[in-house]
Amino acid sequence: MTVLTVPIAETASASITRRTRVLRRLRRNPLAVVSFVVLALAAGIALLSPWLAPYSVDQTDFARVFVPPGSPGHVLGTDDLGRDVLSRIMLGARASLQVGLLAVATSLVLGVPLGLAAGYFRAWDAVISRFTDLLLAFPFLIMAVGLAAIRGASLGNAAVAIGIAQIPGVIRVVRSDTLRLKSLDFVAAAVVDGASDLWVLTRHILPNATSVILVQATVAIPAAILGEAVLSFLGLGIQPPAPSLGTMLATAQQFAARAPWAAVLPGVVIMGLALAFNVFGDALRDALDPKGDRR
Amino acid sequence: MARYLLTRAWQSALTLLLSTIVVFVGVRALPGDPALALAGEDRSPEALEAIRRHYGLDQPLPVQFAQYVERLVQGDFGVSIRTGTPVSSMLTTALPVTVELSVLAILIAAALGVGAGVLAAVRRGRPAEWLANGLALIGLSVPHFWLGLLAILYLSVATGLFPASGFVPFLEDPVDNLHHIVLPAVILGTGLAAIIMRQTRSAMLDSLSSDYVRTAKAKGLRPRAVITRHALRNSLIVVVTVVGLQLGGLISGAVVTEQIFGLPGFGKMTIDAVFQRDYPVIQAVVLLTATAYIVINFFVDLLYSVIDPRIRVTGDPA
Repeated sequence: MTVLTVPIAETASASITRRTRVLRRLRRNPLAVVSFVVLALAAGIALLSPWLAPYSVDQTDFARVFVPPGSPGHVLGTDDLGRDVLSRIMLGARASLQVGLLAVATSLVLGVPLGLAAGYFRAWDAVISRFTDLLLAFPFLIMAVGLAAIRGASLGNAAVAIGIAQIPGVIRVVRSDTLRLKSLDFVAAAVVDGASDLWVLTRHILPNATSVILVQATVAIPAAILGEAVLSFLGLGIQPPAPSLGTMLATAQQFAARAPWAAVLPGVVIMGLALAFNVFGDALRDALDPKGDRR
Repeated sequence: MARYLLTRAWQSALTLLLSTIVVFVGVRALPGDPALALAGEDRSPEALEAIRRHYGLDQPLPVQFAQYVERLVQGDFGVSIRTGTPVSSMLTTALPVTVELSVLAILIAAALGVGAGVLAAVRRGRPAEWLANGLALIGLSVPHFWLGLLAILYLSVATGLFPASGFVPFLEDPVDNLHHIVLPAVILGTGLAAIIMRQTRSAMLDSLSSDYVRTAKAKGLRPRAVITRHALRNSLIVVVTVVGLQLGGLISGAVVTEQIFGLPGFGKMTIDAVFQRDYPVIQAVVLLTATAYIVINFFVDLLYSVIDPRIRVTGDPA
């Protein structure tokens, strides 16, 4: 054990210098900095939205319906029930981020262990591959249709449907990284040293696979945010009167002739959130790429 | 090659069987008595008894499953609770709309994506690459149903260039049919175009720095010839791969797009069924989507091995 702690210690210190290198690359990429700031701001607003929002999201005012943006008291106007659009967008964005994180957490909790097992144990690979094929055969919207039929439509069920649909992607990247890591010397050393499979997987392979998991998560969150918007727009996600950017757009479609501006803002916010995650995800992948600044 | 085909066929058949079991079990997980769900309006004990007997609900589960598969194979997907029409005849009117929409969207996405991807790779580090990359990122991040909403508001309603909703069958009036479906197809194709663009660019950058392209350049082939000859071969693989992988997303996207543009396709049928709790229709829709995904991906893999000889030899889809 004493002899073999050396390579492990080396990996640890190597990972620290690697982390500083990745952070330095991110700091030098203006797109990464801008998208990170946007995401931090959005997260802050989402967290504090119950206190930041100028009005209660349910506060109706039938004397002032469809007030256009820029009106006194309602910076972004009001909707068909006279509710403040700015307040609803803030809490809608909060719900979007909630679904995004919940969906990705679901896919990681189930996908990471399966990916590790598929890459590490040969016998499990075929079984898990069939399971992946099975999941892929049910697109997230169809999964959501089924779940809504069985358990009713809600934020939680939408997140679970999206999360389940994202499991195959997680399994794929974790499996291939596990295959790669398994063939490296430090893992072989640990095995020779008598480490159990569980120890090797949790102490050696999982920590080294975190970067691919992180990249996968940053591209899965915007996909989940878009998925939530679609489901809520169709009535399969967050249920009114709870605020959601998707349901705001569904309402805007009904009243498009009277208030066309209402169809613009929630969409811009969804796009902004998804774009910030996608740009940051790209920058993160480039920064983690050992081949450096090739592209 | 033959062994690879056999393995893939066996895997696809297994997945198909598993998804049928999932749908079968899922239907039994529905709240309440399935006979009640199937009965709709007429809930007299006699009607429920007749339904139980017709669907074999009084039999043990494995027997029920065998009967279920038997009916499916005969094309019997049950009867819509709401309209009383057989689900199979609803499908024959709805599916052509969705297939036309999706095929058109794939063609548009392939043209845009391959064009922009090749341009971005060739014009490395120039404004054209930045523009193509930026558009692709936006294409990945924009909610497509929102884009459809804006297109209806600012293109159809405001200018009258395109009809805002509705559908005309192709055989009835091909021109009017295309007029109705081109805008939804463009909207549905944008997300796919973004993914194809990014993959094409990446594949092109790899092949432009490869030995065989250097050889081609060295022997004096014109740059245009190098790009078109190698780019086209590679883009074909990229398009086929992306379409296979993104088929699920495409089906989801088609459902939403149809809903927005009021196209009477598979998607509209699905959403209507959910809100009307039309369980036989939901069941058919879910199962059919899974079957389509599995069968099309099987053919994508076949096509793949035709395009890329390496797969034929090693039997390993890279």
